[in-house]
Amino acid sequence: MHELQYSSPTSVDEALEMLGESSRDPRVLAGGTDLLIQLRSGARHARLLVDVKRIPEMNVLHADARTGLRLGGAVPCALVGEHPAARELYPGLVEAAELIGSTQIQNRATVAGNLCNGSPAADTTPALLALDATCTIAGPSRRREIAASELVTAPGRTVLAANDLLVEIRVAAPARGSADAYQRLIPRSEMDIAVVGVGASVTVDADGTCTAARIALGAVGPRAFLAEDAAASLVGTKVDEAALVEAGRLASEAAQPISDKRGTAEYRREVAGVLTRRVVAEAARRGRERI
Amino acid sequence: MSKPQKLHLSTRLNGEDVEFLCEARQSLLEVLRDELGHTGTKEGCATGDCGACSVILDDRVVCSCLVLAAEVEGREITTVEGLADGDHLHPLQRKFLEHAALQCGVCTPGFLVAARALLDRNPDPTEREVRYHLAGNLCRCTGYDKIIRAVLDAAAEMRST
Repeated sequence: MHELQYSSPTSVDEALEMLGESSRDPRVLAGGTDLLIQLRSGARHARLLVDVKRIPEMNVLHADARTGLRLGGAVPCALVGEHPAARELYPGLVEAAELIGSTQIQNRATVAGNLCNGSPAADTTPALLALDATCTIAGPSRRREIAASELVTAPGRTVLAANDLLVEIRVAAPARGSADAYQRLIPRSEMDIAVVGVGASVTVDADGTCTAARIALGAVGPRAFLAEDAAASLVGTKVDEAALVEAGRLASEAAQPISDKRGTAEYRREVAGVLTRRVVAEAARRGRERI
Repeated sequence: MSKPQKLHLSTRLNGEDVEFLCEARQSLLEVLRDELGHTGTKEGCATGDCGACSVILDDRVVCSCLVLAAEVEGREITTVEGLADGDHLHPLQRKFLEHAALQCGVCTPGFLVAARALLDRNPDPTEREVRYHLAGNLCRCTGYDKIIRAVLDAAAEMRST
């Protein structure tokens, strides 16, 4: 890190200009809770850090029942959890944001950074996938929208070019009868990395019949992904015990875990099913309260 | 090789205006200790896991090992040196002594600063809230119970005065 330089642009355009100076090996700095450790260990390299926290557009945090959620790329997890409308409308995303690290980390770490860091076990990523979040990416010539589910390609890798900037994450307003939830398994009560994480969004109608569902699995594959068969199996059911068991079975089947120090592949596969049942049941319960 | 970029920064540290020069790679922790002589803030893990380097940055507790000094232009920093009022210890400091909530003392500044950040926001926390809030501060000596009791006791005293 010895020849590192630092800059703090105050607009997206200024940031993009700096990110375009490829000879200076630039990298975006938001909360820094992953990046600074990676730079020190040599896992990632940069000679110019572009601190995006002084860009007003990237500090936007807005949620309402009509227009949905706008979450700027520099907003720390703690602010998401303290936002009354975000808590009310997206309890699953807030659950995920509040599970990341300690108070100290949550005050710095951003949801966008959690996504862009590309860890298979990132807590907010399955929550974003369950909500069908989109990312607004500013590049040198234009802005584009991509689904959060398409952003990460492999562990630590994303579709973002060096001169791309994730400006904002957007989520639609929850439909009537629709709600989300997120849970993870860790071996202790706090401060650990998910063995398995599951996010779900479930929509029910006035009869309690499921009309739409999304289930996303984390830490059971090289990247978080949607368990589409498991979600589809819920549609048309009352999300009763039999439907939960079937969705859990299909989620276990979709999981492609590896064995590592946090758990064996067999254990993770089993837990993916258990958490799917619990998370879907919770999302459906919350959805019924929104009828 | 080009010379390292030297940045000139102005910030407020424990209520006083300070200016310093730093390199972009330097953490806030490094500058506090090595440039500004505020050695109360400790380095434990240097990876944001242990909380020994906790400082309050604009009302929020953060790990100063994971903040670049270059980021603090125009901001307000409180370290453990900013807790006491002259010779009068902060109630948290007094209660840590009364409850023997420290042994080797390396984690103590971080616990004090993190606890102060909690009580600033929530003057009447439950034991559970204290435990969760301080989950990012590791102590290898005390077993935590005395620390939690000291924080709850300090909070009670601060509410009654």
